[in-house]
Amino acid sequence: MEKEVIVIENATEKYAALDAFIEDHLEMAGNLIIILQEAQSIFGFLPREVTAHIAKKTGQTQAKIYGVATFYTQFRLTPIGKNLIMLCQGTACHVNGSQLIEEAVCEELEIKDGETTADGLFTLNNVACLGCCSLAPVMMIQNADGEETYGNLTKEKVVEILRGIREADTSAAS
Amino acid sequence: MNNIGKTMIINGTTVPFTNEKNVLDVVRNAGIDLPTFCYYSELSTYGACRMCIVEDEKGRILSSCSEVPRDGMVINTHTPKLRKHRKTILKLLLASHCRECTTCAKSQNCKLQDLANRFGIKQIKFDKSEKAWKDEYEIDDSSPSIVRDPNKCIHCGDCVRMCAEKQNVGAIDFALRGYEMMVTPAYEMPLAETECVNCGQCAAVCPTGAILIKDDTMKVWDAIEDSNKRVVVQVAPAVRVAFGEEFDMPEGANVMPLMVAAMRKVGFDEIYDTSFSADLTVIEETAEFVEKLSKPEELPLFTSCCPAWIKYVENKRPELMPHISSCKSPQQMFGSVFKEYAKDNATDDREVVVVSVMPCTAKKAEAIRPQFTHDGVKEVDYVITTQELANMIYEAGINFDELVPEAHDMPFGLYSGAGLIFGVTGGVTEAVIRKVLEDKSHNSFDSIKYLGVRGLEGTKEFELPLGDKILKIAVVSGLKNADNLIKRIQSGEVHFDFVEVMACPNGCINGAGQPYSSVFEKKERADGLYSADRQTKIKHADANPMVGTAYEDIIKDKAHQLLHVHY
Ligand code: SF4
Ligand code: FES
Repeated sequence: MEKEVIVIENATEKYAALDAFIEDHLEMAGNLIIILQEAQSIFGFLPREVTAHIAKKTGQTQAKIYGVATFYTQFRLTPIGKNLIMLCQGTACHVNGSQLIEEAVCEELEIKDGETTADGLFTLNNVACLGCCSLAPVMMIQNADGEETYGNLTKEKVVEILRGIREADTSAAS
Repeated sequence: MNNIGKTMIINGTTVPFTNEKNVLDVVRNAGIDLPTFCYYSELSTYGACRMCIVEDEKGRILSSCSEVPRDGMVINTHTPKLRKHRKTILKLLLASHCRECTTCAKSQNCKLQDLANRFGIKQIKFDKSEKAWKDEYEIDDSSPSIVRDPNKCIHCGDCVRMCAEKQNVGAIDFALRGYEMMVTPAYEMPLAETECVNCGQCAAVCPTGAILIKDDTMKVWDAIEDSNKRVVVQVAPAVRVAFGEEFDMPEGANVMPLMVAAMRKVGFDEIYDTSFSADLTVIEETAEFVEKLSKPEELPLFTSCCPAWIKYVENKRPELMPHISSCKSPQQMFGSVFKEYAKDNATDDREVVVVSVMPCTAKKAEAIRPQFTHDGVKEVDYVITTQELANMIYEAGINFDELVPEAHDMPFGLYSGAGLIFGVTGGVTEAVIRKVLEDKSHNSFDSIKYLGVRGLEGTKEFELPLGDKILKIAVVSGLKNADNLIKRIQSGEVHFDFVEVMACPNGCINGAGQPYSSVFEKKERADGLYSADRQTKIKHADANPMVGTAYEDIIKDKAHQLLHVHY
């Protein structure tokens, strides 16, 4: 894995928040997962420096923490884009062609499952059932504004949605 | 719990047992061989490989390594069903394992290869599909001591448990899951960038070629073949009592004289002994200790011979650094003293190359530390392990068992018994005690062994009456034991004046560079060193005449520069 060169913004406050959380949960058995969850919610993902820091604070080895972080799909080791696409690959969506939707997303954004676009705008995550099978195939997009669910997707529709978000972002920036 | 009188029936025979911790131990104690990949009695039970399965009277299959023995159990160990299962496991492992045995450094010491042979596995029917064939991982040779080849990993986890449980390092662990699971440092970092202390114990327990010791024999061959180089070799104490195992000689046999003969044939110009510089270490370390005895706040004094221990302190216990003896290790003392000597005693204008033969993998890393290079010249140029020297002897076509014993070269082939026993846990301490005792008689030395300094326990604590003082001494081997002791010292629970630490359980005799062996306790090797000590007339460092000469003619006023170091 390439060593990421990532500058953490507001690092002091973030580490302070994490330390306070660790402090409160130090004595708890099996505390590693909730500490990692908290760290991820503070930092957005789990950077190396942060797991090294957790290792020091908890007395666990960084190798063990890495093991836990890579075992559960909920943990991310790389930063996610502004928009997290959760594309359902559950049974109903699969039957209704979610594979084709994935192809369309990948082609449009030039990324694979789990990756983030170079401009940091999108991250694609395949997920199991989102729970709204009647709308299959479905995806959910999570961003600073909250979550939006898009159903009855087609190749064309999904491309349109993604382009819409990209346009909104560029106009907001200018 | 009263275990007396318990029995179980294994393969139709009644077998008594007492407090064995699992069925596997009972089976093995009954003289029945059960194959295992993921079991070492000294490590925690993992129960993943399923090779150790047994069948009970109801036809249920149990993994014997994780089954508590019960009175009246009836088990079978080699039924057709079990044999079939074991074969399937092997075939599945081999389906995703590299099968290039001829070029694998672990060939003939590989458990997977051995069991595949024993089970007559000639063909792997499982499809060698793209997914099943692991050769996608890069080989990590960043460390000076260890080479990791994850393609050959069978996920037994022996290395992970060794590193965490015995060494308290935890540089490697399982990561990812399912098909992608692998043993790796965090973030797949190169091992050299982790907290790895280079002890090599992970390689010592790896059943396959997934973790190997770095091979430096080519560099040594090149030096030997270069006529412009004067290649001298030092052999560490622990090597001689294990080396014979590579040539089917009994464990613990002292084969130093045969090794000398073999090394001359291989082409080394001069053959010396690290036990000589161990004598120098004793003198320097004792002086330091005696001096510190008058400054109790600077105690305990920790030994500094073990480079894996030094690295551990740097990584995890930097606050202890002022308590670590400033003595260089015997390996480095040898290099620096010899190169100083060679300045005035050049036999010709050849460049001096110092090679060490060590039981240890961390010595490879020690030799390249910047502290041990002066004006571009290393104190010790190359370090090879016991196993690597054996390979060189094989490669040179020498019939080891047909050699006639030969003696070391002089003057650095002269050593005391105190220097020799450095190779076993407690040896450094015993050597220091011999030095501090006023009474240097045979009886006085003989009684040291009753203090509690000998034995292969991981932690030994005892008292030594000296003059009007009673010194408190601890001897630990295995870094986990060291760390536990440090915690007790730091909490104020105990106080010690002198603490010997060796990273490898049992000390250097169990170094990862020694021949592979399935027995954890290296009792024979320890006995071998103690018996070699008994056979030497020179029993303590001061009695080694070469030591005095070295101080007068070579070291002179340069003891600080030649024999001490600051990390
Ligand atoms: S060499 Fe020692 S410290 Fe390094 S990974 Fe292996 S067992 Fe751990
Ligand atoms: S030795 Fe029992 S499961 Fe591996």
